[in-house]
Amino acid sequence: MTTLPHSTTKKLGLVIDLDTCVGCQACVTACKGWNDQGYGAPLSDQDPYGAAPSGTFLNRVHSYQITPEDAAPIIVNMPRSCLHCDDAPCVTVCPTGASYKRTEDGIVLVNEDACIGCGLCAWACPYGARELDAAAGVMKKCTLCVDRIYNENLPEQDREPACVRTCPTGARHFGDFADPQSHVSRLSAERGGMALMPELGTKPVNRYLPPRKKDVMQASPLAPLLDIQASGFAGWLDKMLGKIG
Amino acid sequence: MNPAPSVILFTTLSGLGFGLLAFLSAGLVEVHGLHAFFFWAAGYALAVGGLLLSTFHLGNPQRALLAFSQWRSSWLSREAVAAVATLLWLAPVALSQWLGFDWPPFWGLVGAILCAATIFTTSMIYAQLKTVPRWNTWITPVMFQSFALAGGAILAGQKPVALVALAALAVVQALVWRIGDGRFAQLGASIGTATGLGSIGTVRVFEQPHTSPNYLMREMIHVVGRKHAQKLRIITLLFAVVLPLMLLVLAPGGPTALLCAAALHLLGAITSRWLFFAQAEHVVGLYYGAR
Amino acid sequence: MNQPRIDLSPHVSDEIRKTTCYMCACRCGIDVHLTSGKVTYIEGNKDHPVNKGVLCAKGASGIMQVTAPSRLRAPLRRVGPRGSGAFEEISWEEALGLATAWMKPLRETAPEKLAFFTGRDQSQSFTGWWAQQFGTPNYAAHGGFCSVNMAAGGIYTLGGAFWEFGQPDWDRTKLFVMFGVAEDHDSNPIKIGLGKLKERGARVVGVNPIRTGYNAVADDWYGITPGTDGLLILSLIHCLLAAGKIDLAYLARFTNAPLLVNETDGPEKGLIVKNAESQPFVIDKRTGKPAPWDGQGVQPDLGAVWQGHRTVFQHMAERYLSADYAPEQVAERCGISANRIRILAAELARVAFDEAIEIDQPWTDFRGDLHEKMTGRPVSFHAMRGISAHSNGFQTARALHLLQIVLGTVEVPGGYRFKPPYPKPVEAHPTPHFVSVPGKPLSGPHLGYVRSPEQLALLPDGSPARIDKAFSWENPFSAHGMMHMVIPNAHAGDPYRIDTLFLYMANIAWNSSMNTAQVMAMLTDKTAEGDYVIPRIIYSDAYASEMVAYADLILPDTTYLERHDCISLLDRPISEPGAAGDSIRWPVVTPDRPGHEGVRGFQSVLLDLGVRLGLPGMTNPDGSAKFKDYADYIVNHIRRPGVGPLIGFRGAGGDLEGRGEANPDQMQAYIDNGGFYQAHVPQEALFYKPWNKAYQDWAVATSFYESPQPYLFNIWSEPMRRFQLAAEGQGFLQPPDHLRAQIRQTMDPLPIWYPPFGEAAEAEYPLHALTQRPMDMYHSWGTQNAWLRQIRGKNFLYVPTKVWKQHGFDEGDYARVTSPNGQIVVPVAHMAALNSETVWTWNAIGKRKGAWALDEGATEATEGFLLNHLISELLPEKGDGLRYSNSDPVTGQAAWFDLRVKLERVGKRDHSEPVFAPVSRPVPKGEGRT
Ligand SMILES: Nc1nc2c(c(=O)[nH]1)N[C@H]1C(S)=C(S)[C@@H](COP(=O)(O)OP(=O)(O)OC[C@H]3O[C@@H](n4cnc5c(=O)[nH]c(N)nc54)[C@H](O)[C@@H]3O)O[C@H]1N2
Ligand SMILES: Nc1nc2c(c(=O)[nH]1)N[C@H]1C(S)=C(S)[C@@H](COP(=O)(O)OP(=O)(O)OC[C@H]3O[C@@H](n4cnc5c(=O)[nH]c(N)nc54)[C@H](O)[C@@H]3O)O[C@H]1N2
Ligand code: SF4
Ligand code: SF4
Ligand code: SF4
Ligand code: SF4
Ligand code: SF4
Ligand SMILES: [Mo]
Repeated sequence: MTTLPHSTTKKLGLVIDLDTCVGCQACVTACKGWNDQGYGAPLSDQDPYGAAPSGTFLNRVHSYQITPEDAAPIIVNMPRSCLHCDDAPCVTVCPTGASYKRTEDGIVLVNEDACIGCGLCAWACPYGARELDAAAGVMKKCTLCVDRIYNENLPEQDREPACVRTCPTGARHFGDFADPQSHVSRLSAERGGMALMPELGTKPVNRYLPPRKKDVMQASPLAPLLDIQASGFAGWLDKMLGKIG
Repeated sequence: MNPAPSVILFTTLSGLGFGLLAFLSAGLVEVHGLHAFFFWAAGYALAVGGLLLSTFHLGNPQRALLAFSQWRSSWLSREAVAAVATLLWLAPVALSQWLGFDWPPFWGLVGAILCAATIFTTSMIYAQLKTVPRWNTWITPVMFQSFALAGGAILAGQKPVALVALAALAVVQALVWRIGDGRFAQLGASIGTATGLGSIGTVRVFEQPHTSPNYLMREMIHVVGRKHAQKLRIITLLFAVVLPLMLLVLAPGGPTALLCAAALHLLGAITSRWLFFAQAEHVVGLYYGAR
Repeated sequence: MNQPRIDLSPHVSDEIRKTTCYMCACRCGIDVHLTSGKVTYIEGNKDHPVNKGVLCAKGASGIMQVTAPSRLRAPLRRVGPRGSGAFEEISWEEALGLATAWMKPLRETAPEKLAFFTGRDQSQSFTGWWAQQFGTPNYAAHGGFCSVNMAAGGIYTLGGAFWEFGQPDWDRTKLFVMFGVAEDHDSNPIKIGLGKLKERGARVVGVNPIRTGYNAVADDWYGITPGTDGLLILSLIHCLLAAGKIDLAYLARFTNAPLLVNETDGPEKGLIVKNAESQPFVIDKRTGKPAPWDGQGVQPDLGAVWQGHRTVFQHMAERYLSADYAPEQVAERCGISANRIRILAAELARVAFDEAIEIDQPWTDFRGDLHEKMTGRPVSFHAMRGISAHSNGFQTARALHLLQIVLGTVEVPGGYRFKPPYPKPVEAHPTPHFVSVPGKPLSGPHLGYVRSPEQLALLPDGSPARIDKAFSWENPFSAHGMMHMVIPNAHAGDPYRIDTLFLYMANIAWNSSMNTAQVMAMLTDKTAEGDYVIPRIIYSDAYASEMVAYADLILPDTTYLERHDCISLLDRPISEPGAAGDSIRWPVVTPDRPGHEGVRGFQSVLLDLGVRLGLPGMTNPDGSAKFKDYADYIVNHIRRPGVGPLIGFRGAGGDLEGRGEANPDQMQAYIDNGGFYQAHVPQEALFYKPWNKAYQDWAVATSFYESPQPYLFNIWSEPMRRFQLAAEGQGFLQPPDHLRAQIRQTMDPLPIWYPPFGEAAEAEYPLHALTQRPMDMYHSWGTQNAWLRQIRGKNFLYVPTKVWKQHGFDEGDYARVTSPNGQIVVPVAHMAALNSETVWTWNAIGKRKGAWALDEGATEATEGFLLNHLISELLPEKGDGLRYSNSDPVTGQAAWFDLRVKLERVGKRDHSEPVFAPVSRPVPKGEGRT
């Protein structure tokens, strides 16, 4: 399976809106919570109450500060998880066939039963989307909640990734990029959805919407009713109330 | 990248082993009987030992057999297949030399080529990774071959070859650093492209996603001893090339001198390999502001 | 290509139980998944009005809260010295017996010697009622150190405040301006709302010294210098007035702008002129004569002058038109250019007036006038502790409400909307009750809204009746009490000594006290006789917090999934502008602490104690318990006829809303309904609530008032003026002389700005120091969550570029931070998007060694730190021999953000200072997941 499918029927993925993400980390723990009891081995934590806790997460939210040449500095929060690349190097490097990209929807998954935990796929991924679970010794990564999105045991409205479902600002959108009319395709087209590190040639499916331009409010200052210095308060009052007179 | 001892030892020892085996297999070493047995055993021990060490960093080594399945796409799988195939192929050659069967040299020549191929597959595990620009260059396989050649030649007691190989290694190693140092910049990846935010202005990390460390940071963003890189490069050249060369040239021939030269060279190779990992920067570090 | 077959429809869980989250005061609805009786996953309840399915980082990791190793397991009695954390486990019978033995004599002799303060309490209508039954005047929850400025500023001005009393019209607003908000109580609704604005491309403006979180996504950032918002806001008002961009019709109809201000010198000066029936009146434009303020068809004249008395409008306009408020005058002080102030004013005006919206919905106002449409000004505001936690916060909150009012954007489509039971004018609120009589309940609720000096909580000798000195001349409008003053005052015996300090849910020996180290010392201080100065401390916590070590008796509480709770319209409900709402919690799992005595829901414990103490409301005449437990109370308690804690499913048949007899099946009805209930506001009542007849009638029917209460917004605050008059020497109740000047200045009936008191230290301490709430932690208690602590297990002091360079800081450096009150040594980090006079850190990340079942080497305890050590509950001495509290002089709100500091680089370190000795553990250190 380590060869990639030539094409996939659907291209499921996420649009993440960096203009809206407030960096609340809800998607991080919702993802951990769902995947801790869902697909494959639990996401373990080492030394959870100790001096150096460390655990497996499939989604981590970064925060960057950007200083433009001639405007006020800004902060952008950026969730980072698997981008379900079309040209996924993590798949082709895998020696066991554990890593694969699904032909029907393009989701990149790890078959944990076949994973030897060599770590090479994590090395091959430019985006840090894979973490080797220290307890299970298998590679963990975002599954695009494959065990939710088709799950007939869940009500229809819940068949979306846990992180999307929980995101309080609605900064995360899930859908099919193969369909140009889908919500995600249109959002990405309208708002200039970005592929991260295109120079790596991985052809990510997920798109990030760039922050809108900041600090550009341009209302022309209000003209005074009259010259108060000259007219005094009484003049102002007359002029003002004359309006409803 | 994290210079994990198991991986460093795996690549250096197996490289050395297959280098030696290549020389033996090609019939370049005049050995017979017990003498041959010891040489071959040493070659096998290094190669197999290295391979075994490589399983130490596996999360689930019990499934290691599965790693032979993806030879069509995966260099790691190819390496596994190549290594085992080579070791199997070489077995009759070794037997022949040990027990004096005098089988046709064709088997041995093919065996030597297989050794080189195995070393190549090992090197390609690293060289293929676009994510680690320092490795992702033609010089990486050349370097692996050069070390195998030089180390193999010393161990095989092939003085003239060794001298030439060592000299070549010095050049290759220098090139490796020269090319490697510029690779990240050449790739053009930056915190700006990693985040897609570079067009707005200068991007810096404000807060890391977690205050506690994680797998990515340990494995790929590991920064250790980069400060000492210059010193370690000199040590590498000294041990891997200069000292063995001097020993080979100045010391009277004999197993002790050879072993000493080989040991020194191995130390140098390990240092080189340590640097190979420690200096390698993974592009994921960009997300963490590393670089 | 044969890829593995995977199960795309795995079994999710055996059962979903719907209850309410508790990791903050937002109170989202949750679906708790159970498998084999264990909680396996928690997600948001899609039908819930608060969160509509979403959850925050804390809510989504609630599973780690219910399994945390820091959970207490049994009642504890102190065996070592106080503060050491040495305890023995005792039985509940012993614990309750002990508490009764301590409290009973107090009730019979001097009820005020019990001080009951309840921190982050979500059951204040119940705990307050309990304290009332006990008869002590000393009760409050955390509001005084939290956001009372915001609450009181809103109530005194609008009859409702930001925060839980109202919210922007997220679906219609086109310009949203946020002052000093990092996260707020309304966590998920604000985020959902911001998401809606973003989706519509509406403009979001953030006014905040720090550009993180909500301010990071704001389209425009005003990086204001702390403490100067009032000035900025009044300058915006100045610009609007000067340009005539104000909503005159709105001001005339719905506010006290047309009322007349008495100009006659004497005891009435500055009060609103009243008629013979003691009613304020207006001058009717149609006749030029006085007319009832609420008379049908009356057209109030804003420009009237009557017998020399001018309208509030004229006073207001005259004041803010003054050149003192011109942008050029305030720009430097606020750290915002005059041009940007003018741009913001212009944008406010443009959107409010040029982009006005209309809804086709006729409505009738309180004057009986019918309006064909509802006109909206789609500008909305929100503000929180950034303006509230300063000593000028009350007036700043008032200024902001004034800005809303002049734009005509309160309770209109696109503006800011009240959530029922708000609006509720000052007059509809109780005044404080404080007279304690041994053996008797208090005559009414402790907390309320003071309208004049006679209502202050003072003893006949003029000294404060309450241990926290709430409702005294020092802070007359301390509507939420002053929890941060309890320990210092009890320790000082000022105004008197108490016997038992009974605390619930407040980590007040750590992150909720100012001056933490000194507070710990006060709690452990002994008299010459060797007794503790504060003789007894009873505390209820659910976890091994820092505070636990300082109690003599611990009453361990359940966690939020293990108990009944009630989020009631009697205190802090979960309403939306379009619906009143309340909700419950119920034990979705049974509390089990194997091998230990176990834990009990605190409210049930209070009821049990109440019966042992014979408190009237909870004890039958024969001495037996009136309520089996809290669940029983929630269903059967009757506050006023037909009114109980929950409004839904009332009456014997369960079909009544708001008013009705108790329904024995009410709890189950709530559970079946997903844990909540909503009473929807009728269409014609959705806006203009304070003046809308339909709304007033609905509110009466739904039990919020006993009769319609239409009212006018208070631009001019008469209650404040009454205090100013007293300070000017009018009336028989007089403030102490040392407070006269302060009262005269700060109780101005029109919003004013004055520098926060902390500014006095400006010369030596050039920087402002702030904290912000991280979205992923709740005060101290997120740290015990193994997932969250990986995200934020230590904090840094963020330093702006200018200061970073000036001190030559480098990555990994520590700094010594000094304030007038002390010093700490902490790690620093550089932040560009930050006001250049400000440093800040995340709140409550630092932990004491040994607390929270964490390893002593936990980064929270080694590198993490609190700013609290630098903050004092008292202002530095002024040389008059008196100490003033570091609070807003109007409300007593703790002025956390007045803090000023200076920095000094100390280079690389590996731990923060101060370092405290570890406390012994009431529970073992956490090892792995349970
Ligand atoms: N420097 C600085 N300090 C501040 C602030 C600031 O902005 N800056 N903010 C202030 C403000 S606004 C506030 S409100 C305070 C908050 O400060 P606190 O009110 O002290 O809040 P917490 O730290 O959450 O402590 C609440 C306690 O309740 C316990 N608890 C949690 N769940 C339960 C439960 O179910 N039952 C019981 N019985 N106990 C439980 C927790 O274990 C914890 O010990 O902090 C104040 N302190
Ligand atoms: N996740 C989470 N949610 C919480 C809490 C929590 O601990 N964690 N605590 C809850 C509690 S008790 C409370 S009181 C609320 C508080 O909620 P917020 O009011 O959001 O409180 P803070 O985090 O203290 O943020 C105060 C904000 O004001 C800014 N600020 C400080 N001084 C000034 C100033 O002078 N002017 C302006 N314009 N801004 C200023 C600060 O930069 C900061 O952004 O949050 C509640 N919600
Ligand atoms: S993001 Fe990484 S793990 Fe995911 S498909 Fe792309 S390369 Fe593979
Ligand atoms: S870690 Fe597992 S999935 Fe990744 S390359 Fe190795 S075997 Fe494949
Ligand atoms: S799609 Fe599912 S697995 Fe992927 S980040 Fe979101 S919650 Fe995690
Ligand atoms: S939940 Fe949404 S807003 Fe919060 S960090 Fe994730 S993407 Fe951003
Ligand atoms: S905002 Fe978060 S912590 Fe607060 S109640 Fe909602 S889900 Fe729970
Ligand atoms: Mo608070």
